[in-house]
Amino acid sequence: MDRSNNIWSRIDKISIILFLLLIVMGWVNIYAAVYNDEHSGLMDMSQRYGKQFIWIVASLVIAIFIVIIDNRFYFFFSWFIYGACMLLLILVILFGKEINGAKSWFEFGGFSLQPSELAKFGTALALAGYLNTKRQELTQLSVIAPASAIVLFPALLTALQPDMGSSIVYFSLFIVLFREGMSPYIFFSGLLMAVLFFLTLLTNNLYLTIALIGISVFLVWFATRKWKLVFLGTVIFVFFAVILYLLDHYVFKSIGNELVIFISMILSGAVYAIYIYNKRAVSVLIIYLFLVGSTIFINSVDYTFNNFLPTHQKDRVNILLGLKSDPHGTGYNVNQSIISIGSGGFHGKGFLQGTQTKFKFVPKQSSDFIFCTIGEEWGFMGSGIVIGIYLFLLLRLIKLAERQRSDFSRIYGYSVVSILFTHIFLNIGMAIGLVPVIGIPLPFLSYGGSSLWGFTILLFIFLRLDASRTEYLV
Amino acid sequence: MKDSFINRKYVIMALIVLASLVLLIRLFIIQVVKSSYRLSADNNVLRYVTQYPARGLISDRNGKLIVYNQAAYDLMVVPAQTTKFDTTGFCDLLGISSDLFRKQMRIAINYSRRAPSVFLKQVSNETYAKFQEKMFMYPGFYVQPRTLRKYSKPVASHVLGYVSEVDDGITRKDPYYKSGDYIGKSGIEEAYEKELRGRRGVKIFLVDVYSRIKGSYEDGKKDTLAIQGTNISSSIDLDLQEYGELLMKNKRGSIVAIEPTTGEVLTLVSSPNYDPALLVGRIRSDNYALFSADTLKPLFNRALMASYPPGSTFKPINGLIGLQEGVITPSTLFACHNGYLFVACHSHPSPLSLVGAIGTSCNAYFCQTYRKVLENPYYNTISDAYDKWKGYLNEFGFSNKLGTDFVNELTGFIPTSEYFNKYYGKNKWKALTVISMAIGQGEVGATPLQMANMTAAIANRGYYFTPHIIKSVGSDHSIDKRFITKHHISIDVANFESIVLGMEASVNSGGTSTVAAMKDIIVCGKTGTAQNPHGKNHSVFIAFAPKENPKIAIAVYVENAGFGATYAAPIASLLIEKYLKGEVTNKTREQSMLNLNLMH
Repeated sequence: MDRSNNIWSRIDKISIILFLLLIVMGWVNIYAAVYNDEHSGLMDMSQRYGKQFIWIVASLVIAIFIVIIDNRFYFFFSWFIYGACMLLLILVILFGKEINGAKSWFEFGGFSLQPSELAKFGTALALAGYLNTKRQELTQLSVIAPASAIVLFPALLTALQPDMGSSIVYFSLFIVLFREGMSPYIFFSGLLMAVLFFLTLLTNNLYLTIALIGISVFLVWFATRKWKLVFLGTVIFVFFAVILYLLDHYVFKSIGNELVIFISMILSGAVYAIYIYNKRAVSVLIIYLFLVGSTIFINSVDYTFNNFLPTHQKDRVNILLGLKSDPHGTGYNVNQSIISIGSGGFHGKGFLQGTQTKFKFVPKQSSDFIFCTIGEEWGFMGSGIVIGIYLFLLLRLIKLAERQRSDFSRIYGYSVVSILFTHIFLNIGMAIGLVPVIGIPLPFLSYGGSSLWGFTILLFIFLRLDASRTEYLV
Repeated sequence: MKDSFINRKYVIMALIVLASLVLLIRLFIIQVVKSSYRLSADNNVLRYVTQYPARGLISDRNGKLIVYNQAAYDLMVVPAQTTKFDTTGFCDLLGISSDLFRKQMRIAINYSRRAPSVFLKQVSNETYAKFQEKMFMYPGFYVQPRTLRKYSKPVASHVLGYVSEVDDGITRKDPYYKSGDYIGKSGIEEAYEKELRGRRGVKIFLVDVYSRIKGSYEDGKKDTLAIQGTNISSSIDLDLQEYGELLMKNKRGSIVAIEPTTGEVLTLVSSPNYDPALLVGRIRSDNYALFSADTLKPLFNRALMASYPPGSTFKPINGLIGLQEGVITPSTLFACHNGYLFVACHSHPSPLSLVGAIGTSCNAYFCQTYRKVLENPYYNTISDAYDKWKGYLNEFGFSNKLGTDFVNELTGFIPTSEYFNKYYGKNKWKALTVISMAIGQGEVGATPLQMANMTAAIANRGYYFTPHIIKSVGSDHSIDKRFITKHHISIDVANFESIVLGMEASVNSGGTSTVAAMKDIIVCGKTGTAQNPHGKNHSVFIAFAPKENPKIAIAVYVENAGFGATYAAPIASLLIEKYLKGEVTNKTREQSMLNLNLMH
């Protein structure tokens, strides 16, 4: 009993203060986003701010329960919770209510529940539970594969709803795997692929390939400091490229510049292959593979994008990348969202003074686009403060994660950081036109019971684990 | 337990910090660096609604309202804010064809997707009421209240003029006007446009995404109110005007009646005319085209713009000039043997003095008088004598614009001596060359307004006020100075008295104007039969009454009607009676004039 009495004194106050700050700010901005003159009562239950108030109260109750429950519960029941969450994700595909073409919601009377919001903490618990004993072997495929499966299974189920936004979030758990020892090459290859994906769509493949070759040559020099090798490789590459280009230009007329460069790249690779074999130069091999892989990747992305992606997905990406301007079609949300935030200026227009907000120019403004209200009414100062609070919270959680005695708690902590970070970056990025419109909520700020509870549970389990960090779980 | 991967936390922290920086930089760019978003947001929510002022009202000289305003509604559209909707229902609601719908929509889109343009002009009150209920179904559409002219009686179209929408030419010339504004196009509406138009205001509203008005911007601090146009009191006597138009029905011609003591125009009729209500609102352009194509020229204001030979109504003025020049006296006698040289005359006692000559309208008398004027030995050449004569005419307002408030007034025509010098050679012409002007024929041309003004000057025995169509402007009853300036004519009052006696004799002592006589009012008048080379002669009559302290001076022209006594004189007489007594006693005369149809 002594332990449960002390638990409140050992829980991290800073995180709780930041959590409370965020939900209050969220509620204030939801009030502004749905405000209208007819319903100005703060507790009007017919309005979203009234409902959000109930959900805030409920989430506080949930938080208290989570803290009261013994920390070992989360460890021992991690698999059970994960299983339950996966079951819900399967059931929602079968029996969920279809809204906007996606079966993401259960509906009981007037109350809806989005299981994908809850599955995140379940997945985090399962990942922590699995890696708790296996993390030493995370360099091996026999561990990476099951760990990936734990993460990718809910991602797959969510994608089937289909809810691509929530699905993408699960990939962020690879950050945890990286922290726990997974090869950085795998991790950074993944990151690189994401960056290359956007660059491919934004720029000409030929220039991108040439830029990649330049970077690779520089990296080879940086890794080996062998002038001769770099020089020889480059000369051979240019030699083949020119011959092939001329041949193509005058004889074959069908190879294409991309292929010319790719073949030259392979042929010039002979020089490096000899060097790699003689000197066992793994780094050069990796750089070479990176170059070949990237070249294949960017060309296939372009091909896939143009030939396989459904039109509406293509539209969203195109609009985001500024390749297509259609302010009244697909890009309407982003456009109005940027206008809202941009019009806020440095100081913002003031509480309830945002004209974009007040007159509903941004769809889904209280949920996915709540950042518009912040940007418009509180300006750059307000946006900056919100991002500052998030940054502070994430860094605080990393600090907490790092002080855990058990691997389970630390891994869970990093999962929380990864999930929150991804949500924050993608949501705000979407509102200001940096990433495509993917419908995911802004943690603690967006309107919605499921997401608020999901994030509250996610955070408070970790705070609960942290409060008992000195104890051994097993 | 040693954690060999602990340093990776810095990589993760760096990633998070980097991502936050990316967000912050992007936010800084769109929120602080770029200002265009603020403008976009304003464009989204601010709607500038022009507050069109109601034009000033126009009443008659007795305060009876002639022109006032009715509400009308312009249906506006912001193409960018429209969503897909049932166009058939929309067209049915407004009573327009789907072709018109597509056309108007295309015009609006071509003009601007974001700025409002007029979709349908001047929607009626009833249509507006129906549309308003369903307006929520058609985002992007809204209604802008306007006012249209409404007329208490279908009369005085030429006096009042009409109002139309400004065109590009006007908006380029005058920066006050913006597309969609109204402007007076003729008559009082044009002459007093500046007073009548008032001042536009603007109301700034906040609209939501469905373009529904959500309130005023900054509590209306930036709004400006529309200021209603100034009310104008016309000098027209509405009843007399109506009566005049009634009498002129089915006849071509013109009536101008002036109050001699003020120069105020009591009645100004140009027939055929049109119902002013037909040039209001959406029917205006169609009707305007119709009227323009009409061979009867209903838009043509004969009272101001038709130049007729005055015929015998010109004799009093020639008599006046003869007296003033001293070439005749009231007792000078001229013989008439059914004419003078090649100018014929009708049978009447001979010889006659001036009074008798005016009374019987003797051509020979005035030919000889005119010849004496032009052959006056006081002047060295005929040109000098002629110029002197013309000088008197100019004093009466002939051959010049009178300077009324009408914009489209014409000058009429009295040739200069130069004109004849050029035509015949310097001083190679003689009095007999131009003798037809003695009896108001030949080169001379005058508008009915000029003739009425001349009559007023005779009634006043030597002066007139520039005729004008308004009595006062606004609440301070101001009126342009030029309308209260007396124009004196350099002819002695005594000479006028002789002429007045002649005109009295013409009506009351068995002269040519007997038909215009009234039992209890002494009317002084003069008939005229203006030769018309294109057809039947015009019937002309000028008159004023009563003889002492005249209240009304009138000129009546009935085209292609023959003798002045036949039509013009009875019409003038009826109008005089109507004006002076308020009612007409000679019902037979009235009935015969009303039934007369000269436009078959």
